[in-house]
Amino acid sequence: MQFDQILQYTLSGLSTGAIYALIGIGFSIIYNATGIINFAQGEFVMLGGLFTLSCLEFLKLPLWAAIPCAITASTVVGILFERLAIRPLRQPTPINLVIITIGGSILIRGLAMLVWGKDTHSVTPFSGDTPIAIGGATILPQHLWILAITLIIIIINKLYFYHTISGKAMRACSYNRRAAGLVGIDVRRMVLFSFIISSAMGAVAGIIIAPLTMTAYDVGVMLGLKGFCAAIIGGMSSGLSTVIGGLILGVLESLGAGLISSGYKDAIAFIILLLILFIRPQGLFGKSDSERV
Amino acid sequence: MNIKVMNVIIALVTLLLSTNVFAAAPIKIGALFAVTGPAAFLGEPERNSAEMVVNEINRAGGVKGHKLELVVYDTTGDATKAVQLATKLIKDDKVVAIIGPSTTGETMAVIPVAEKGKVPLISCSAGSKITDPVKNWIFKTAQNDSLAVGRIYEYLQKTKQTKVSILTVSDGFGASGREQLKSQAAKYGITIVSDDTYGPKDTDMTAQLTKIRGSHSQAIICWGTNPGPALVAKNVRQLGIKTPLFMSHGVSSKKFIELAGDAAEGVKLPSGKVVVADLLSGSDKQKKSLLAFVKDYQKHYNTEGDHFGGHAWDAVMLIRNAVDNGAGSAAAIRDQLEKTRGFAGIGGTFNYSTTDHAGLGKDAFVLVEVKNKDWVLVK
Amino acid sequence: MKKDFLLFVAFSLLVMAAPQYFRGGYMMNVLVFVGINTMLAIALNLLLGYAGQISLGHAGFFGLGAYLSGIMTTTFSLNPWVAMPVAAFVVGCLAGLIGFPVLKLKGHYLAMATLGLGIIFFIIFNETYEWTGGPSGLSGIPNLQLGSIVFDSDVKNYYLIWGVTLAVMLFALNLANSRVGRALRAVHDSEVAAQVLGVNARLLKVQIFALSAIICSLAGSLYAHTMTFISPTSFGFNFSIELLTMVVIGGLGSIYGSFLGAALLTLLPEFLRGANDYDIIIYGGLLMVMVMYMPGGLVRGIPALYRKIIKPKGEAGHA
Repeated sequence: MQFDQILQYTLSGLSTGAIYALIGIGFSIIYNATGIINFAQGEFVMLGGLFTLSCLEFLKLPLWAAIPCAITASTVVGILFERLAIRPLRQPTPINLVIITIGGSILIRGLAMLVWGKDTHSVTPFSGDTPIAIGGATILPQHLWILAITLIIIIINKLYFYHTISGKAMRACSYNRRAAGLVGIDVRRMVLFSFIISSAMGAVAGIIIAPLTMTAYDVGVMLGLKGFCAAIIGGMSSGLSTVIGGLILGVLESLGAGLISSGYKDAIAFIILLLILFIRPQGLFGKSDSERV
Repeated sequence: MNIKVMNVIIALVTLLLSTNVFAAAPIKIGALFAVTGPAAFLGEPERNSAEMVVNEINRAGGVKGHKLELVVYDTTGDATKAVQLATKLIKDDKVVAIIGPSTTGETMAVIPVAEKGKVPLISCSAGSKITDPVKNWIFKTAQNDSLAVGRIYEYLQKTKQTKVSILTVSDGFGASGREQLKSQAAKYGITIVSDDTYGPKDTDMTAQLTKIRGSHSQAIICWGTNPGPALVAKNVRQLGIKTPLFMSHGVSSKKFIELAGDAAEGVKLPSGKVVVADLLSGSDKQKKSLLAFVKDYQKHYNTEGDHFGGHAWDAVMLIRNAVDNGAGSAAAIRDQLEKTRGFAGIGGTFNYSTTDHAGLGKDAFVLVEVKNKDWVLVK
Repeated sequence: MKKDFLLFVAFSLLVMAAPQYFRGGYMMNVLVFVGINTMLAIALNLLLGYAGQISLGHAGFFGLGAYLSGIMTTTFSLNPWVAMPVAAFVVGCLAGLIGFPVLKLKGHYLAMATLGLGIIFFIIFNETYEWTGGPSGLSGIPNLQLGSIVFDSDVKNYYLIWGVTLAVMLFALNLANSRVGRALRAVHDSEVAAQVLGVNARLLKVQIFALSAIICSLAGSLYAHTMTFISPTSFGFNFSIELLTMVVIGGLGSIYGSFLGAALLTLLPEFLRGANDYDIIIYGGLLMVMVMYMPGGLVRGIPALYRKIIKPKGEAGHA
């Protein structure tokens, strides 16, 4: 019995963690290309879910068509956000960029509230909701979708960043933006790219979890926060370590809720994270590098 | 900033704040609802209902020749804002009564303001401690959560399911329910074998429910407001838990059934009578009010009226009746409110007295069950 | 230095004269909150604007002060005047202790750690309901009392809060122009360079972190005693972010900027109230526009705007 429970906690934690990971990667991609911590990242998760809902219910599209439509629509919002808010900024100090993304997230959330109302909406699962038994634990088909899509996205990411010109250019920007500019990389274009990719990824995350968790105009705040944590545990990498960061966070929360105290589960997760940071101030996966003076 | 500019700004502010343009001394009622923010599911129907019924009263010529004027402010569910806005209603708008706020936390915060300002306040939130102990100027229309807990425990006692697990949301609503669930258990011979909470924004409760599954309880009681309980119902189904699931009156609206889908089937909960208005027997005193409210709300807002809106409806009607009985000032309205007897509203039949400012009895709640995506009464 | 002093005196007089305009109306109540938020913004500005260390969890210290004060005066019936310094002392010690490991972190790790701290505090307020009343809040906190004067009206509270706020401002202004202030700015620009010049950067950062927390705690205690009711929602992550916004919108590293930012963000919802559900959109949009067109904050943006409109005046337009 005890083993069954631990298995269930772990499985639940992994599937929640996969979502945190997807959102976290979105954070990392933008951070690496621009140095911006994009507090509006969670809103793209919300947009993904709600656009899917609209495509399904108002445009009466089938699911396979609704998903790309929703991703496209969210990406357009991402592009607009970059064009109208980030690019015109005259003094792009990191702290100004933080405030502008906070302003942007409030604005997007407000607009979503007007468009979709304040109610929570449910979305039908991709392939039914008959539970699947694994050992003594159960998961839903939607959980498998989440894990599979997360895996696919990691692979695509890897291919993109290491095997395409624009991916390599983007990595160059993250190492040193000035040097990247000097060797002829269009840094501004890369910034736009980073927003496109991460808003699309946020939307994907929003779409695949909506059937499980339902969706509303304000779901982005908490998910964004958790994704942010996942990204930081993973050392702001756009690859595997952020995924591991997300999974660690998800499993810690789930085990904390099940074994110690459900009221303190988030606190438990954060205390462990703080301890990790205190022991390794450069992050879980970061190499300690010396500061430039 | 120089003084001239300051003067202009102040003049503008005063101009903005004084919007009183009605003739024939309207009766000004203030309202504080959480129209946006996490408690919007309460505040929005409350605002809609209050505006609807005030308009209706005015269209029918007002009360004793006076029109009613409703000043609504959005508290966004924030206690600090609620206090500020209550001050504004009393000091600037000079209202004779206040309806709301929507949540227990906000109400507790606003109580000292209303008491000090000597303005009657009719809260739309459920916490028992709002009117216990009785405070001179404070009334409430939402049914005490102690009554809802009593309804469930009575049923559990009758069906001999005495070992229960509770899962409550960690906000004001859940905390208050949790307190009542724990304090009343002994009275009904019930033992709580597992006591867990979840966060209002949590997206997965399988961890808590796995723990509950291991606790061998005979019933699960979940205390929260949408969307959390819908997720709990879905997770219960996912984990294959067969233990009967009970919910609170916080989800007694069609929205819950819509969100939880098939997982809602068989869930039992205490509810105000509004969701089962058409199932009530003809002898029920509330039936007339209930049907009128449901029909009106459907007509105005094209959606089903719920009992949250009902709390505001009751509050406006209580004030209307007080004014009808000759009260004009804040103090007179308070005195008339306290004399209310046998008013059959949406939340129940109200009988206020000097020792009871909640005014409702156990009959305010009925136990309902979800069957075929609709509510049925549990006998 | 003399000019600074005159500016402060003028500002104080303006603050003290303001009640004449509002005559005890609702605006007085809002201005009390402007005062509290000004204190908080200054506290965060000392850390962020001067020492260059970000914190996304300052609402936690604010809440800690409020709750410690609230619990001591309700459960233990302590005199509020005793409770306030005790709360500030405890928060200061706690911040000092946490400060050592936390401030070792840099950049987004620091942001994450302080964010985590804020969330942990929030959860503690929410969960230790035997003490704090949990999500339903803690009520019945007594008002402050001085002799026979009970601070229970907006006008009295206004003078009380602003009295303390002005003291905090004066203290912060002096600090900024002192040796410590210069050392802080050195740490801000380059920690290593400051170390080389003999500044104990690590200790200095922890000290300023503790000081900042103490001011927050003080503001929290005052908040608790003026509101007489507190609940966890006032001290969540959102409020930490709002504080950060106040500091940046006002102007980093400027004490008067903190006041402007706090005043704008506190007053803005009042003016947007008529816009109903649209207020959140206007609010978000305005934040973005402000950062775009006044990247240095209000304290630098307003004089620039003033000079642009009235060109020939030259130097005359300093705020």
